[in-house]
Amino acid sequence: MNWISNYVRPTINSIFKRSDVPDNLWTKCPECGTMLFHRELSENQQVCSNCDHHMNITPRDRFAALFDGGIFTEVKVKDPISDPLQFRDQKKYPDRMRAAQKATGEKEAMLVAEGEIGRTSIVAAAQDFSFMAGSMGMYVGNAFIAGVERAIAKKCPFVMFSAAGGARMQEGILSLMQMPRTTVAIEMLREANLPYVVVLTHPTTGGVTASYAMLGDVQIAEPNALICFAGPRVIEQTIREKLPEGFQRAEYLLDHGMLDRVTDRRKMKDELVTILRMLGGLPPAVAGELPPPAGLDTEFVEEAPVSKTPATAAPKGAVADSQKSAKPVAAAAAKK
Amino acid sequence: MAHYLEFEKPLAEIEGKAEELRAMARANAEMDVEKEAAALDKKAADMLRDLYKNLTPWRKCQVARHPERPHCKDYIEALFTDYTPLAGDRNFADDHAVMGGLARFNGAPVMVIGHEKGFDTQSRIERNFGMARPEGYRKAIRLMELADKFGIPVIALVDTPGAYPGKGAEERGQSEAIARSTQKCLQLKVPMVSIIIGEGGSGGAVGFAAGNRVAMLEHSVYSVISPEGCASILWKDAAKMREAAEALRLTAQDLLKLGVADRVISEPLGGAQRDPKAAIEAVSKAIEAMLKELSKKKPDALIKDRRQKFIDIGSKGLAA
Ligand SMILES: [Zn+2]
Repeated sequence: MNWISNYVRPTINSIFKRSDVPDNLWTKCPECGTMLFHRELSENQQVCSNCDHHMNITPRDRFAALFDGGIFTEVKVKDPISDPLQFRDQKKYPDRMRAAQKATGEKEAMLVAEGEIGRTSIVAAAQDFSFMAGSMGMYVGNAFIAGVERAIAKKCPFVMFSAAGGARMQEGILSLMQMPRTTVAIEMLREANLPYVVVLTHPTTGGVTASYAMLGDVQIAEPNALICFAGPRVIEQTIREKLPEGFQRAEYLLDHGMLDRVTDRRKMKDELVTILRMLGGLPPAVAGELPPPAGLDTEFVEEAPVSKTPATAAPKGAVADSQKSAKPVAAAAAKK
Repeated sequence: MAHYLEFEKPLAEIEGKAEELRAMARANAEMDVEKEAAALDKKAADMLRDLYKNLTPWRKCQVARHPERPHCKDYIEALFTDYTPLAGDRNFADDHAVMGGLARFNGAPVMVIGHEKGFDTQSRIERNFGMARPEGYRKAIRLMELADKFGIPVIALVDTPGAYPGKGAEERGQSEAIARSTQKCLQLKVPMVSIIIGEGGSGGAVGFAAGNRVAMLEHSVYSVISPEGCASILWKDAAKMREAAEALRLTAQDLLKLGVADRVISEPLGGAQRDPKAAIEAVSKAIEAMLKELSKKKPDALIKDRRQKFIDIGSKGLAA
């Protein structure tokens, strides 16, 4: 890894500078312009190894890096009525949905999973910004509630990775109603005395920020994430003045007392483990490698989150496979 | 009526003509115009009924925003006795976009909170056009807590274009304030009724509208985004607000079907702005009925029912 970043990349950068880079091999960091190997990016959880810029990461890739051994089980979400308002703008809502499903390979904008992080049971939900801007509609509300219900059944914490342009307009008032709906779920968690931790990722805006994304027991954000109710453009139009540098970014919110922490994605897992174990009254996580649970093919699991073929950069299949084959084993490990 | 909406222009012409005739007659005692004026009155009345029989969603938005519609302040003055405003969020400021305080409704103590838009230029500026800042939501939270502590029902009057999109509002945690306000509604051990009296603008409205009962005035609207905002995003053209208003299903009638509103309060013919007294009276009756229903419920049941109501919303779509 190191020899690539230190020696090879500068050369490659200069070669590719003005030509088209096949995008199945490289991604250009939007912040510093460095050309990044897909494999390298994937291993680095979509964080630029040169400038630490955090790019969007899909819920599946995030969970693969978050859960021990990349093993997690999806929590089933109740399907809402599709297109409840028969909404049509220039396109029909069902057509927009199909396009998003095709582009992402996902059913909807939130993924809920259970598993262990640092041998600590959690339920986690993550919003998929690449799916209709992660927008909150009936499905996202149902997913949030399903995650909370699963956490209560398992008596474990619920961790929410938020990312959304706001409410899904195509579901009109029903998308707005996800604000009180998800808040009801948070009340259920609170009464069960279970931790609710929010990790705000870029961007988290609108009705999502003004409901479940701001009601965590602990509020952590990824660096430079835009976190707001009204977007900067709307505000500039309203007050007709230029906003200060870094306005509504994670660090700005931290300075203004709106967050507990701003944490690098690559350190997030350790931090969550530390916090959740303290909130749950558990002993500190054991540092270093634990012996693998009996019957688990360690090599396979370690490889699971990262695609073996960096050129295609498709860890999704790998994760799904590892999930299928390793599920019973993970369950056995949890019982120990 | 001093202010006619765009779609009421033909009506304004007829009413104007009748008024003109009568003015001429006043100036000239020999003129007899009454028959002619009465015919115009009848024509105007028919037209008003036709116009308001089937208002399009966009016209509903215009009526909901009508400047002469009774506002929060009008309702408070007419509905309650002993209204005692309580100010401030104890942290930063008192937000004048949010009115609130103790009052008596039919003699019994209640806590009232609501958005106030203002009625003239000066008061609109003072009220920030009904767009609350975090302090407004935090004041509401404080008043709801006070009501909860002393077993007093909460009445919320919703009328806002939305929460204020300003620099300071964001810095002081607009999202957090709204989220906590919604959460507080859902925690109350006392009855809470929310009435959308005009405009229910997005998250800024939700923070006051997570009550046991949500009632909407006949021509009020409640939406995730303004039709203009929706049009400019999805149609890339703010002038497509008519289409957006249609698609968003933001009328009281549609929200009743969707299970978001529990009841629709009838307005006088031609909208609340044509007869504020009648509108306020109708709201009074609705509050009375809703509080009576809820007064039988124990604190735990109030919380449980309120939560279940929101969990169930949307499960049946427009067939609800
Ligand atoms: Zn970079």
